[in-house]
Amino acid sequence: MPGITREEVAHLARLARLELQGEELDHFAGQLDDIIGAVARVSEVADQDVPPTSHPLPLTNVMRPDEVRPSLTPEQALSGAPAQEQQRFKVPQILGEE
Amino acid sequence: MTVTDLVSYEDALDTYDPVMGLEVHVELGTKTKMFCGCSTTLGAEPNSQTCPTCLGMPGSLPVVNAIGVESAIKIGLALNCTIAEWCRFARKNYFYPDMPKNFQTSQYDEPIAFDGYLDVQLEDGEVFRVHIERAHMEEDTGKSTHVGGATGRIQGARHSLLDYNRAGIPLIEIVTKPIEGAGERAPEVAKAYVAELRELIKALDVSEARMEQGQMRCDVNLSLRPKGTEKFGTRSETKNVNSLRSVERAARFEIQRHAAVLSSGGTIIQETRHFHEEDGSTTSGRIKEEAEDYRYFPEPDLVPVAPSREWVEELRAVLPELPRVRRNRLREEWGISEHDMQSILNAGAVDLITATVEAGADSAAARKWWMGELARRANEDGVELAALPITPEQVARVTALVADGSLNDKLARQTIEGVLAGEGDPDTVVEKRGLKVVSDEGALGTAVDEAIAANAAIADKIRGGKVAAAGALVGAVMKATRGQADAARVRELILERLGAKE
Amino acid sequence: MADLIKLTAAEIAAKIAAGELTAVEVTEAHLARIEAVDEKVNAFLHIDREGALAQARAVDEKKARGEKLGPLAGVPLALKDIFTTEGIPTTVGSKILEGWIPPYDATLTKKLKAADVVILGKTNMDEFAMGSSTENSAYGPTGNPWDLTKIPGGSGGGSSAALASFQAPLAIGTDTGGSIRQPAAVTGTVGVKPTYGGVSRYGMVAFSSSLDQGGPCARTVLDAALLHEVIAGHDPLDSTSIDAPVPPVVEAARNGSVEGMRVGVVKQFRGEGYQAGVIQRFDESVALMKELGAEIVELDCPSFDLALSAYYLIAPSECSSNLARFDAMRYGLRVGDDGTKSAEEVTALTREAGFGPEVKRRIMLGTYALSSGYYDAYYGSAQKVRTLITRDFEKAFEQVDVIVSPTTPTTAFPIGERADDPMAMYLADLCTIPTNLAGNAAMSLPCGLAPEDGLPVGLQIIAPAMADDRLYKVGAAVEAAFTAKWGHPLLEEAPAL
Ligand SMILES: [Mg+2]
Ligand SMILES: [Zn+2]
Repeated sequence: MPGITREEVAHLARLARLELQGEELDHFAGQLDDIIGAVARVSEVADQDVPPTSHPLPLTNVMRPDEVRPSLTPEQALSGAPAQEQQRFKVPQILGEE
Repeated sequence: MTVTDLVSYEDALDTYDPVMGLEVHVELGTKTKMFCGCSTTLGAEPNSQTCPTCLGMPGSLPVVNAIGVESAIKIGLALNCTIAEWCRFARKNYFYPDMPKNFQTSQYDEPIAFDGYLDVQLEDGEVFRVHIERAHMEEDTGKSTHVGGATGRIQGARHSLLDYNRAGIPLIEIVTKPIEGAGERAPEVAKAYVAELRELIKALDVSEARMEQGQMRCDVNLSLRPKGTEKFGTRSETKNVNSLRSVERAARFEIQRHAAVLSSGGTIIQETRHFHEEDGSTTSGRIKEEAEDYRYFPEPDLVPVAPSREWVEELRAVLPELPRVRRNRLREEWGISEHDMQSILNAGAVDLITATVEAGADSAAARKWWMGELARRANEDGVELAALPITPEQVARVTALVADGSLNDKLARQTIEGVLAGEGDPDTVVEKRGLKVVSDEGALGTAVDEAIAANAAIADKIRGGKVAAAGALVGAVMKATRGQADAARVRELILERLGAKE
Repeated sequence: MADLIKLTAAEIAAKIAAGELTAVEVTEAHLARIEAVDEKVNAFLHIDREGALAQARAVDEKKARGEKLGPLAGVPLALKDIFTTEGIPTTVGSKILEGWIPPYDATLTKKLKAADVVILGKTNMDEFAMGSSTENSAYGPTGNPWDLTKIPGGSGGGSSAALASFQAPLAIGTDTGGSIRQPAAVTGTVGVKPTYGGVSRYGMVAFSSSLDQGGPCARTVLDAALLHEVIAGHDPLDSTSIDAPVPPVVEAARNGSVEGMRVGVVKQFRGEGYQAGVIQRFDESVALMKELGAEIVELDCPSFDLALSAYYLIAPSECSSNLARFDAMRYGLRVGDDGTKSAEEVTALTREAGFGPEVKRRIMLGTYALSSGYYDAYYGSAQKVRTLITRDFEKAFEQVDVIVSPTTPTTAFPIGERADDPMAMYLADLCTIPTNLAGNAAMSLPCGLAPEDGLPVGLQIIAPAMADDRLYKVGAAVEAAFTAKWGHPLLEEAPAL
């Protein structure tokens, strides 16, 4: 299955929002290929009739009552913001959907 | 494409069958957000209702709001859905600055409710069944304000400001199965479906579902296929259509636009579109260079939701009567036409009239006041009927005073005016303004006698059997008593004195 | 007061309670030790001198007022920099969070404060807990106090090195694939990964949510138990927190015994890749337990061979999503915002500059494993493996009370040796990963030095979920027997710094 190309790595990088540089693309392509090649063994069990486990706990229905808890103050909420204006997080222009 | 390039609606429907899919997001009216204890009250200062969890801070974790789940089950049941015995939340991964974690906690292949339907009634009474694919739980995003561009739009903005008070407010997304076979009535069905869904949500008391406030938002997916063919065409997704009228217009516009493109040999591209209130058109959103890949997987910070059958049955047992059923029942009880019922519905008066009847009023009287005098006042003041400062109990009291003859219509109107002006309840207003009908028989008798004396010619006609002429004498008496007499009683006295019979 | 830093947590707490020592004295001694040696070790990323002394003074005042002190009151602790601390920087070993001061405390931080534990500072770690050597920290590697040219394990190398160099008697770690146990093994200290859900994850910066678990690190089994009891328990802010009483770990640690216990040895935990000296010490440990009255049972857990592969699909998948929030919008680093770039571009530039190579590698790997077309083959299959591993454990625990193995196949390796060879690095967690996948509990404690290099070897004890007390019962017995055999705790053999 493996054989990860530079283009695929570039596509993954876009999905993951990583501005990978030229040589990094090649480097990762090689390494991801090695790792995927090694871990692809898990597909040995693909046809086995075994339920998947997404979580080690057998818990269900953990819920909280609909009761208000104190929020942070706006100052606390914004305390780590790289930029702010009018008590809001200031971010660069957003492209895309309205 | 402008409105003038479109194929006419009739021509479009001659050639194509529309297939629609409607996705409605409803913001629940819970006190707190879906996964944290922050308040959901509208209108708070920016970022004052946020915490590590709804800001997506490192280390924070979600905990599910029980009322959010309960509301989802109620909606599912009301939509005749199966309620999952076991389901999970999933992460929908995509980057967007208004979404603090850069994934939305939603549900994917395991929704809490699925496979249902909603019967919607069109204005002429025809019932159309809309099949429901699923209803699932998720969370809302923050709100961005775009600064530096024209009119706060995203295009041309230099930067944006983010307020995360809305981030994490519970949403229920309700998705229909493809709606086929509605033909030319498709836009009407879309509107009726959203209207019916809104009534349902309100009846369940899980949200106020105010579209103008974004508490209910609709995406209209539409495609055309040549008549007689099976395969669906490529669809467009018109996002955030936020009024009932717009839903209908958007569907209509897209039918005409698709038809124009297809008829001229073009192809429809799958894309999101924006609806414009001003002219009812839609325009293309940004076309993505590559298909979205949301990389859904089960949310590992939450455990599965497995609603017990007892809980589901408890909720089913206390479901309110469905709006359509209730409307039809009331229409029959009140003995009115489909059209009158629709007007009452459009005026938002169903609950008010019902409550007035429950408070003892006759249904005709309750309708008369709410749809007449009060509707006029609401319209003048530019407020919703329910927002008028008068209660159904007070309206019922006015109708009672009219029924027992204490007030006539004119006095009743003045009484209502007093209540609306904040002068107190109906009895207080009557007392303070001195609005009681003159019921002193002696005084009334004198007024009648005077009127007969002053209008001898008319009195003679009545004596001669022309009972219809009594109206003029009644008017004279009413004038003399400045309206404070019971007109029916006045008429009785006049006929009695002149020896005439009805 | 040179000896003060050699005291165990239990001894310090007892002396403070008895009025023989003050918390301030103890804290000052440890701060002085940090000052003296941490330039060489680099265990701490942030030292909270003022906060630690204030907390110590509060303990002494409490004592002066005659109030009852908790079992760890006044004991200094080194906190892994993955837990949020209100007002104190939290970086997770990453440049992307450099300078971030959280506005809230993790539940674990709150519990430590409530127990009057003195938090000395925040310890170094592999960035976002991804690594087995602490070389992936954006703030430079930590040295192993046994040999500063060797790795102290990872991701919690700062915590294990702080313990082994006597900068703190207690530390906190987190264990996603072995990040508490492997550092304990290679530094000759004790580390416990509690049952998943036993310790709240609220305020612990997530790497892989379904695997991460915070836990105690110490120099003795009893100290680990005392700390375990303080940090464990149900937390309504963590949906995956177990709502049940904490297993009686302290009682177990005080009553160590393996007599009559059935101890399992898994066939899959040896063979190619295991250092001879490690196997030798492990075999001696098994023999010792037999001498102490345990019954040894051979076990076959075939699915364990797939554990490492499943782990390197599940952990990266979850991390690719958990780390998406680091987008330069609300907190942390922002790079490239020159007024012309879009939010999208600034996010990508920031993540490129703010994440180190291992973090990027795992984000890319996880993005791949979850992407459409690959999900079933990779993520889906890995989850099936997880089921098989859980079943193997269930079957094993029908036959035995605990399982033992080497904690890690080799002793500490040289800094730099595996830095750009991810597959070689990943092998360090071969024995520890199955437990994370199944969610049960495990401990590592020292079982001697490997003859070939004189470096510590760790013995891993594995117990079923919510039977964490068994770890302490067995661990205390083994520890006592070894200490008696060696004539002193193993750490006394470490070279002076
Ligand atoms: Mg949605
Ligand atoms: Zn919140």
